[in-house]
Amino acid sequence: MEFGNLTAAPLLEVEGVSKHYPGVLALDNVSFSLLPGEVHVLFGENGAGKSTLISLISGAIHPTSGMIRMRGEPVHFASVNEARSRGVTTVFQEFSLIPTMTVEENICLGSEAVRRGMIDRRAIRSEVQSVLARLGFDLPPHALVATLSRAEQQMVEIARAFRGDLSVLILDEPTASLTDKEAERLFDLVAHAKAHGVGIIYITHRLREIERLADRITVLREGKNISTVPAHGISEDRLVKLMSGREMGAVFPAVTHRPAEPLFRAEGLTTRSGSVRSASIEVRAGEIVGLAGLVGSGKSELIRAAFGIEPLTAGRVTLNGQEITGARPQKLLDAGLIYLPPDRRAEGLAMMRPCRENLSLPALRQSPYRRGAFIDRRAERRETNRLLTEMELYPMRPDSDVEAFSGGNQQKVMLGRSLTRPFLVYAFDEPTVGVDVGTRAAIYRFIAGLCESGAAVILISSDLPEILHLCNRAYVFAKGQVTAEVPADQLDEPTILKHFFERENAA
Amino acid sequence: MRTLLSKSITATPSGLVQSQLLKRSFVRLGVLPFLLVIALVTFSFLSSSFLTVSNLTNVVRQSVFLAIVSMGQMMVLLTGGFDLSVGTILALTSVATAMAMATLAQIFPDSIFLIITLGCLAGLAVGTIVGVINGLGVAFLNVAPFIMTLGIASTGFGIALSLTGGTPVYGMPMEFGNVFGFGTFLSIPVPIWIAALVVLLTWGIVNMTRYGRALYAVGGNPRAAMLSGIDTRKTQFLVYVVCAFLASIAGVLLTARLDTGEANIGSSMPLESIAACVIAGVSLRGGVGKVGSVALGAVFISLVQNGMNLARIDSYMQTVVIGLILIAAVVADQLRLRYIADLRGS
Repeated sequence: MEFGNLTAAPLLEVEGVSKHYPGVLALDNVSFSLLPGEVHVLFGENGAGKSTLISLISGAIHPTSGMIRMRGEPVHFASVNEARSRGVTTVFQEFSLIPTMTVEENICLGSEAVRRGMIDRRAIRSEVQSVLARLGFDLPPHALVATLSRAEQQMVEIARAFRGDLSVLILDEPTASLTDKEAERLFDLVAHAKAHGVGIIYITHRLREIERLADRITVLREGKNISTVPAHGISEDRLVKLMSGREMGAVFPAVTHRPAEPLFRAEGLTTRSGSVRSASIEVRAGEIVGLAGLVGSGKSELIRAAFGIEPLTAGRVTLNGQEITGARPQKLLDAGLIYLPPDRRAEGLAMMRPCRENLSLPALRQSPYRRGAFIDRRAERRETNRLLTEMELYPMRPDSDVEAFSGGNQQKVMLGRSLTRPFLVYAFDEPTVGVDVGTRAAIYRFIAGLCESGAAVILISSDLPEILHLCNRAYVFAKGQVTAEVPADQLDEPTILKHFFERENAA
Repeated sequence: MRTLLSKSITATPSGLVQSQLLKRSFVRLGVLPFLLVIALVTFSFLSSSFLTVSNLTNVVRQSVFLAIVSMGQMMVLLTGGFDLSVGTILALTSVATAMAMATLAQIFPDSIFLIITLGCLAGLAVGTIVGVINGLGVAFLNVAPFIMTLGIASTGFGIALSLTGGTPVYGMPMEFGNVFGFGTFLSIPVPIWIAALVVLLTWGIVNMTRYGRALYAVGGNPRAAMLSGIDTRKTQFLVYVVCAFLASIAGVLLTARLDTGEANIGSSMPLESIAACVIAGVSLRGGVGKVGSVALGAVFISLVQNGMNLARIDSYMQTVVIGLILIAAVVADQLRLRYIADLRGS
């Protein structure tokens, strides 16, 4: 870890910046500085103001008061484009890619090379090729972005940031959808940029990345800058305490598994798209079973196929002895299987509708929500309050649109759906993507509680510690197939990782 | 056209390879080539005069108005909006052009060139102003394109009717119709030249300029476009202005062809121009579409109308057929998406 630059003049200074939204003070008099060649981590719970702060720096929104200086000069970025032209580039968490355009078009979007008013295709082509080569990304320049995997899309996004002159690079949870190998590649790039005097603002919830990359850490809580500390030698406990303002117990609860009769069984499933090939798993009542593997390995697709949202060409799915192969979600929910998708915006929530409606949606045809042909609104209200208490969702605002909730609370609303009626089998697909440590701990307690009350729980996760700490057993997926079933006594990182790449090595 | 025909003929012998080939070409080309072939074959059976050079020239000449309007409509669709006021723009342009020329003809009876130039400019200006209003509403007041252009369509149509009292406007110089309606240059009708120029220019704008990229980007993902530094409001505003300008060119040409200014023309334009685009594979969600296909789509619709005229299908049934073709094209497109998934899976 280098501190040679700490005496250098700051590249970027944020002085007493506040941002008001109607009824909300998103940032409250925050100051922050970034040195050249520094990786400065922003750390905080969902809704602490990290995203607002980087949106301000990147020119996407404007501060209500306060000032931003770059190399000592006050700057007012009117737009993202203006910030970019001054060398401030952001890789946003929600991708800023156009799915209907090609990789090449996306990388140059907004600043295409032009000759005599016309787009200079040749210049663009050579520029894109040189950027991709420099980064070592193996991306087809003419492929439509919609056909790429999430990890590849992330690579496009990063390639775009590294295209022009760079002096401040902002990365918002850049590894959220990358595999370990791709993340390694990104860390190399960060080191490379750092060595060239680029200042890097890095948002992450992952402590491992902080240990590895960070020079300084600024902790935000409720829109305020709580403290800026050197990263060297800081402990996880201290960071979590700074972030949440309170002592916290262990993130992972101790789970008691009492495996009983098998409730869920998938035999030889093959999907039409080929994402899963003759894969079989079995899950018993009273246990949490992990599905591990890289993004696109088929772990998520297997459950999606069982839940009737991916067409199957072969195989059999049974739930509590009853055949449910190819049934539609409505029937499966009635039979006792619930699947909670990974992308709450795309598949989970109606963002513009209140929390209450989002929660009760899967249970409206059941008592107590239903009264004859009508919805029993009073019962719905009562149930909502009960569920919100159970999900530890604070502040409790059942009538606000979920759009206004922080990411962690949105996730709780979505997961809370699984409590609206009893199910036999719960399948959670990446239940803690993009949520802070506090919410994560609450979600783990919730999952453990379901298991201990005798349900069968399937946990699909790309986050290995999650699998290792919570699961009774795990299946490892690679290239659409189950490469291993790992029993409890062998659940450790090397064993699972070995099976991640098994097929690849064999081939 | 010939390669398409021969392809479908070689595909008729039975066998799995051929059906796979047909499937692949369907995925690559979309529905339009198949619809064109079906229309050509059907109508040449129904009428012997259909597949003649003079009739097909006629089809192209009839299609110029729709083709020009469709170019603008397509650009709007690319951004994820649509323009339901193109018919009204045609009507207003027609009325404004005719009234301006009729008035000028009384003041300067001898300067034909001046009358025609100023009259055309007046028509184009009035039409374009409608686009400016649409653009302001959609881009700056955040009115949904559907409501904004529907409202303006009603308003503009009302103004055109009350200006003319519902009767045709006469009194334009003969030369106007003779040149822009019936004139030829190098033995090709002038309207066809103008339409070709418009298509070519649109192709250039859409494929060669940064503005073209911005159109696709705004339709593909508006938030992402904004974060990429594209001025999404300006892009949207301009596209309605351009669309209106093109529609008003069609309005001037149609006025020249009819030799009168009419408030009642263009009422079928919104449906037909959107149909031409959708049949040509333009996505209603924005971000997807090709200029060449849309030009062909416009010709296809005129072709079907011409064929039905020759086959003596009455005009009421014709609107039924156009509606059904539109829906069939969208269904076929869904089928195509499924085939794409299949081909990728296999």
